[in-house]
Amino acid sequence: MYIETMDAAIECENLTKTYPGKPPVEAVRGISLHIKRGECFGILGPNGAGKTTALELMEGLLIPTSGTVKVLGKTWQKDSTWLREKTGISLQETKLSEELTVLETIRLFASFYQDSADPKDIIAQVSLESKSLSLIGKLSGGQKQRVALACALVGRPELLFLDEPTTGLDPQSRRQVWEMIQKFQAKGGTILITTHYMDEAEKLCGALAIVDQGKIIAQGSPGELLKDFGGQTRIEVDFLEPGPDPQWISPHSEITHMSEVSPNRFLLQTTSLIDSLPKVLAAATLTGKTIQTIRTHQPTLEDVFVGLTGRNLRDEVTGS
Amino acid sequence: MNPAPLKKSWTSRPLPQMVYTRLIEFTREPQAVFWVYFFPLLMAFSLGIAFREKPTEDLLVCLVGNPLANSTGKPPIASGFVFSRETIDVAIGLLRRGRVDAILESEGINGEIKLKFHTDPTRPESALAKAKLETHLAHMNQPTLEPIPEVFLNLGGLRYIDFLIPGLLGINLMGGGLWGVGYALVDLRVRKLLKRFAATPMRVRDLLLSIAISRFIFTAGQVIILLGTSWLVFGVQIRGGFLDFCIIVILGGFCFLSIGLLVASRATKYETVNGIMNLVMLPMYVFSGVFFSAERFPEMLAPVIRILPLTALNDSLRAIMNEGRSITSLGFEVMVLGLWTAGTLALAMRLFRWR
Repeated sequence: MYIETMDAAIECENLTKTYPGKPPVEAVRGISLHIKRGECFGILGPNGAGKTTALELMEGLLIPTSGTVKVLGKTWQKDSTWLREKTGISLQETKLSEELTVLETIRLFASFYQDSADPKDIIAQVSLESKSLSLIGKLSGGQKQRVALACALVGRPELLFLDEPTTGLDPQSRRQVWEMIQKFQAKGGTILITTHYMDEAEKLCGALAIVDQGKIIAQGSPGELLKDFGGQTRIEVDFLEPGPDPQWISPHSEITHMSEVSPNRFLLQTTSLIDSLPKVLAAATLTGKTIQTIRTHQPTLEDVFVGLTGRNLRDEVTGS
Repeated sequence: MNPAPLKKSWTSRPLPQMVYTRLIEFTREPQAVFWVYFFPLLMAFSLGIAFREKPTEDLLVCLVGNPLANSTGKPPIASGFVFSRETIDVAIGLLRRGRVDAILESEGINGEIKLKFHTDPTRPESALAKAKLETHLAHMNQPTLEPIPEVFLNLGGLRYIDFLIPGLLGINLMGGGLWGVGYALVDLRVRKLLKRFAATPMRVRDLLLSIAISRFIFTAGQVIILLGTSWLVFGVQIRGGFLDFCIIVILGGFCFLSIGLLVASRATKYETVNGIMNLVMLPMYVFSGVFFSAERFPEMLAPVIRILPLTALNDSLRAIMNEGRSITSLGFEVMVLGLWTAGTLALAMRLFRWR
């Protein structure tokens, strides 16, 4: 039993967070997760899906309206000091003091931890040795993000919480941040990361939860999620004008799934593109409507999300 | 299971690190240095020079005995004067503090009334009050056949600058506490740095202490510069005990620090904290006797004015600097400051939010 709890880095059951108001805002509506030690776990979802709220509930920065969180086998209510020593956090937006140098900032954060790393080692780990005596205010966005990461790493955490660590960074800076995350994982660290970038999730995460409107709508490894979605290949048919009978094509043996995105756009999944394409064309011609385009492609996590919600991942969640 | 805490050198502990970073951050912002250190001086100079001549106002006169004989027992009313009745000891004290401009004393000897003036030769208002009173008495057909003898107050007069400097010290301590703590905290909150700190093992106590300590270091510099300059340029001095003076400065500073903490305990926007701060400070600027004596306000306001923290601080500073009184005679003022500190600090700790 002891081994079992030690095996999990984070366990949460039915987490909810409701902000009072008129009407009350249900930011998180029942999230349960089991994150293993040594894993890089990604929470994926559009802006406003409740990713940050969910993360902050697990970070002990927010108190859940209901549900339980266990981190490294302990709870925030009882062992917060111990947990703070063992976790490192990078918030979505923290404006570190512009008038302090990189070294001064890391030293300050190091002072908060009993067993902190040498600030100079940490600065080397995030490849900022040459900027060690520069003021934070003079750094680029990517460099600032690496300082934020260094602040999270300086307490020698076992568990790292990263809230959209690469949002707004250029491709090169993103790759540098990824490398640091992978190095941390290689040394046995556990990472919980939120992102709305597909490539980031596919590159870093061994396991994923897709969150939408405060709930987990799918969970698994990137490979499993792609597989569970239905087929390996997608066919997207656009008609010039709306209104073909939604049943214009009936599922065949190789067409496993059909959905109507809008009255003139349909999504099909197939196990065999070669076999199903002529049948799709034939059926589409029978509707009497003009086909505008037919596209085919290998599914990505983006498609998983669109297929699950009918919306794009980058779309803001709107009020309705 | 917890590893034994490793011994860290004291310089790499949270509190010294936080104080250190706050101080160097401050020195790297030249405009902040200007506002903190040179603005108060600028104010002292401009006001010290501008207010050498005070505008004519009602003259405050203390009556001892019954010099302007009337049957009601109430102070008489005359245009241009505000009269009050006091015993001679109280009246002399008020004259020394610049709270009344002159004293008119009467002694009844064998049914014959003898009048006597007490004036402060260093203050023009005092001579003016005497001259005007003489005219007033002549109009009232008082038996003033012989000139009324005049007694000069000789124990260190009170110039406007002597009155002003303690008041400026007071508003600097108030501004320093409120802006220094209030604004600093809201700034940390707006930048999400407060939340980031909450995500570390650092304790609230260390954070608040570091803000308080760095504030005290700035304020000590302010007090020394303001006091030193006004001594060199205007000859302003501390007549009472220096230790008493320091205790009052620390007490006052701590009081406004606590109020600053309360003001910023929840504010999440600069605009909010600005507004609350002005709401708190403005009445005290006006009523607590910074630029002119608070005694000039209607008497019905006096009980309220007396319990304002800045009034208590200004009165204590003036009592020590100008009258040479000791802190032991300032029980009421010390109590007012203590109660404000305890009350606001307790409330601030209850209301405090990281985000």
